[in-house]
Amino acid sequence: MARRVLLIEDEPNIIEALSFILTRDGWTVHTHADGLTAAARVKAGSPEVVVLDAMLPGRSGFDILRDLRADPATAQVPVLMLTARGQEKDRELALRLGATEFMTKPFANAEVVAEVRRLAGG
Amino acid sequence: MILTFNTLVAVSLGYVAMLFAVAFAADRRARAGRGGWLRSPLIYTLSLSIYCTAWTFYGAVGYAARSGLEYLTIYLGPSLVMVGWWWVVRKLVRIGRAQRITSIADLVSSRFGKSVPIGALVTLIAVAGVTPYIALQLQSISLTFAAFTEGLEGGRADVDFVALWTAIGLAVFTILFGTRNLDPSERHHGIVMAVAVEAVVKLFALLAVGVFVVWGLGGGVGGILDRIDRAPIPMWQGNGGRWVGLTFLSAAAFLTLPRMFHVLVVENDDDRHLAVASWAFPLYVLLMSLFVVPIAVVGLDRLPEGSNPDLFVLALPISEGHGGLALLAFLGGFSSATSMVIVATIALATMVSNHIVAPLWLSTRRPDQVSRDLRGTILLARRASVGGVLSLGYVYFQITGSGVALSSIGLIAFAGVAQILPALLGGVFWRGGTAKGAGAGLAIGATVWAWTLFLPSFGLAVIPATVLENGPYGLDWLRPRALFGLAGLDPLLHAVIWSLLLNATAFTLVSLLTFPKPLERLQGAQFVNVFERAQPGRAWSRSGAEVEDLLVLAQRVLGTEAALDLFGAEAGRQGKSGHLPDPTPAFLQRLERELAGSVGAAAAHALVGQLVQGPGVSVEDLMAVAGETAQILEYSARLEQKSAEQERTARALREANDKLTQLARQKDAFLSRISHELRTPMTAIRSFSSLLAEDGLSPLEAQRFARIVEAEAQRMTRLLDDLLDLSVLRDGQVSLKRQHGLLADVIDRALLSAGVARAGLRVLRDPGQEAVAISTDLDRLAQVFINLASNAAKYCDADRPELRISVHRRGGQVIVDFADNGSGIPVPEREVIFESFARLSGRRSGRPEPSGAGLGLAICREVMARLGGSIAYLPGQGGAAFRVAFPQGLAAAAE
Repeated sequence: MARRVLLIEDEPNIIEALSFILTRDGWTVHTHADGLTAAARVKAGSPEVVVLDAMLPGRSGFDILRDLRADPATAQVPVLMLTARGQEKDRELALRLGATEFMTKPFANAEVVAEVRRLAGG
Repeated sequence: MILTFNTLVAVSLGYVAMLFAVAFAADRRARAGRGGWLRSPLIYTLSLSIYCTAWTFYGAVGYAARSGLEYLTIYLGPSLVMVGWWWVVRKLVRIGRAQRITSIADLVSSRFGKSVPIGALVTLIAVAGVTPYIALQLQSISLTFAAFTEGLEGGRADVDFVALWTAIGLAVFTILFGTRNLDPSERHHGIVMAVAVEAVVKLFALLAVGVFVVWGLGGGVGGILDRIDRAPIPMWQGNGGRWVGLTFLSAAAFLTLPRMFHVLVVENDDDRHLAVASWAFPLYVLLMSLFVVPIAVVGLDRLPEGSNPDLFVLALPISEGHGGLALLAFLGGFSSATSMVIVATIALATMVSNHIVAPLWLSTRRPDQVSRDLRGTILLARRASVGGVLSLGYVYFQITGSGVALSSIGLIAFAGVAQILPALLGGVFWRGGTAKGAGAGLAIGATVWAWTLFLPSFGLAVIPATVLENGPYGLDWLRPRALFGLAGLDPLLHAVIWSLLLNATAFTLVSLLTFPKPLERLQGAQFVNVFERAQPGRAWSRSGAEVEDLLVLAQRVLGTEAALDLFGAEAGRQGKSGHLPDPTPAFLQRLERELAGSVGAAAAHALVGQLVQGPGVSVEDLMAVAGETAQILEYSARLEQKSAEQERTARALREANDKLTQLARQKDAFLSRISHELRTPMTAIRSFSSLLAEDGLSPLEAQRFARIVEAEAQRMTRLLDDLLDLSVLRDGQVSLKRQHGLLADVIDRALLSAGVARAGLRVLRDPGQEAVAISTDLDRLAQVFINLASNAAKYCDADRPELRISVHRRGGQVIVDFADNGSGIPVPEREVIFESFARLSGRRSGRPEPSGAGLGLAICREVMARLGGSIAYLPGQGGAAFRVAFPQGLAAAAE
């Protein structure tokens, strides 16, 4: 059975790019674009890995991360945080809030795939 | 021992020489600063014993022989004051220290606004009251001389002659030690020491006579008690009223007698000494009165009928042939008399010179004639006053002769000085007392006293018998012995009751009816509240300068360190160690300059002048101080104004700083947003281009990815264009191109550029409305329309998206509304949509068309501002609606 990754991102072209490379790597990719319902979606879908964008409509990726870590059901799910703001304080904030890994956009395709694999315990 | 007149004179002179030596040595020690023990509570207590004069020494026995135990009242009053009322004395002492009081007249006049008339009035009362008292001392000395020399070879001494020379000798002593120099505190260590020695002498003498009488003549304690029982004197004679009256009178006199005030208050070094004196002085008085009754009864028993009981103390040893003891008794009486005369004379002379001579002398001079140095004048006045007071005493002695009993003279004096009591106590305990009230009370009290007691004491020559019987001019109610018809009372009690009653009533009523002057109120507050607030600023009213006081002043003004440095340096210059240089004129000038640096020249001059020259601040000084104070106030007002300005500047700076901080934060946020907005398309471009670089993509995939890369690249370009555009618009560097055209054409062009047709947006227009000729920057206007149309195309979420464009005119304004049929913009976000990067949440996802950077509406707002118009969200239109308004013709000035 293919392993599931949940991609929480609102930029259509980035969604398409990530979906393509992860699907090609053998993942079942689910996408979610709305910040407000993202945490519930993670809980409901229980993916192996979550790829989380920092800037989302409705609720920021950092807040979603905090929600995930506060909920015992999702506290342990590996989260790869993506941000386009590329500032050091964002990285610190993400890691402090419990992100498993942090990457800035633009990213190298191979690195994203490698990180998702690594986070899934592969 | 063979007693001759000459021996007596020699012993007296020797005794006086001893006093000289004591006083001189004590003065020297005090001057050299080694007189610590001179200021002990013991010396203070002994100095209080000048209350016990020759009247006490001799007269108490006479009093007892005539009236039994009534003499005790004379001791009871002062003892009650010291035991029960010592806090009154302490308050007087504290006020005396704080105000540099020199005499009772000074205290009363200072309290009532430094009133010259009050000072003079108190002085006159004191002189009138005490002169007989001084005469009494002269009388006692000459009487004892006479008693001693009676029956001796050389004959009876000439009483007048003795009195005259005694007066002269006392004047010399007093002038030498009492007016040697002007001391600001009016303290005389030499004289106090001499008085203390005399206190021991008279106590010892009286005890010696008493022991001799009891155990030598009377047969011990038992024998004496027997004699007392058998004595012909009524021990408890007199009524209770007289006892109470006399006790009260002696208590009042203890506080108001000038010499008592002088030793109690002026010569007091430390008010803690009162604690010792409060029990030691009554003890002294008790010892002094212990043998009075035994001596009286033994004298009545053993001495011949008709002997003067006032002289029993002396007569008993003489008649028993104990010459040495008699001589000791004589010295005791002599010392009682001399100590009283010396201190009383100093006190009176100070009052006369300060409150009568100096004001008179000053009033005869024009202000510019008054030299800076009053010291010489005051010293001269004081010496003359000493002579004058003693002369008066001698004259009184001559007039009244030796016929009056010692005790009655003393009581007349008591009643006289007691007139000061209401003003004194009222002054220090009642803030409501006024100068007019005090003056009225003093004047009325003194007049009643003179009429009812003092003048009658001169005998029938002064107050004829008809006046005594029927009153002056037949005015019955003015009879001296029965004022207002109050007859049948003891004359002394009658006088005391009426004079003090009328005195106190006048003081109270007039005080209540009059309004105090500012200085009176100030002084009143300081006197009454002397314990609450030690007001240093007003602590000078005295003459002469004591360097400690200058140092205290300097410390207050300059600060302790600076003052000590200044004084220490000057002391070093004068070759002294420590911090107390001599107050030379040069140093005073330097000090004044230093003080002027802190408090202003006028105030400094007044301050130093107060300490150096004494009496009162002149009106000129006060005016100058007031002027300087006004300047200081003005200066501080200016400072305040300046600091308010600084405050404003600081506030403006703070606000500017806040704004800068906020701007910096906005800039950071802005850069962060730009970074995000650039990285987002860059992410897609990088990801897809690296996919494109790989093999194995289907041609369809490759084509799609390439198109995405192109679109994202365009998006980046647009973003950069927008950024530059916004920047230019905001800088105001944009140049507008004014063109003429039709509104409809501009809208056509905009709709085409926005690609609404491609987006499936249906546009509803009214060509009739749009036929408006406009004159503005048509390209910029089109830019705004493009933004609005493309926003509608992108964000209108209706199933069949529509955009309605309606135009109308109002005045010179053209109004164009763009309204779509979507769900519109939520209320809170309407506030921020015109900000940079204000992309809205909840936009439709899944569209391949990349969204804008969120700069569109911000740019629209800037453009419309440049075109002299506006753009605003238009609520209540169903969907999202915007209203653009602009002048039909762009003003030439805006180009």
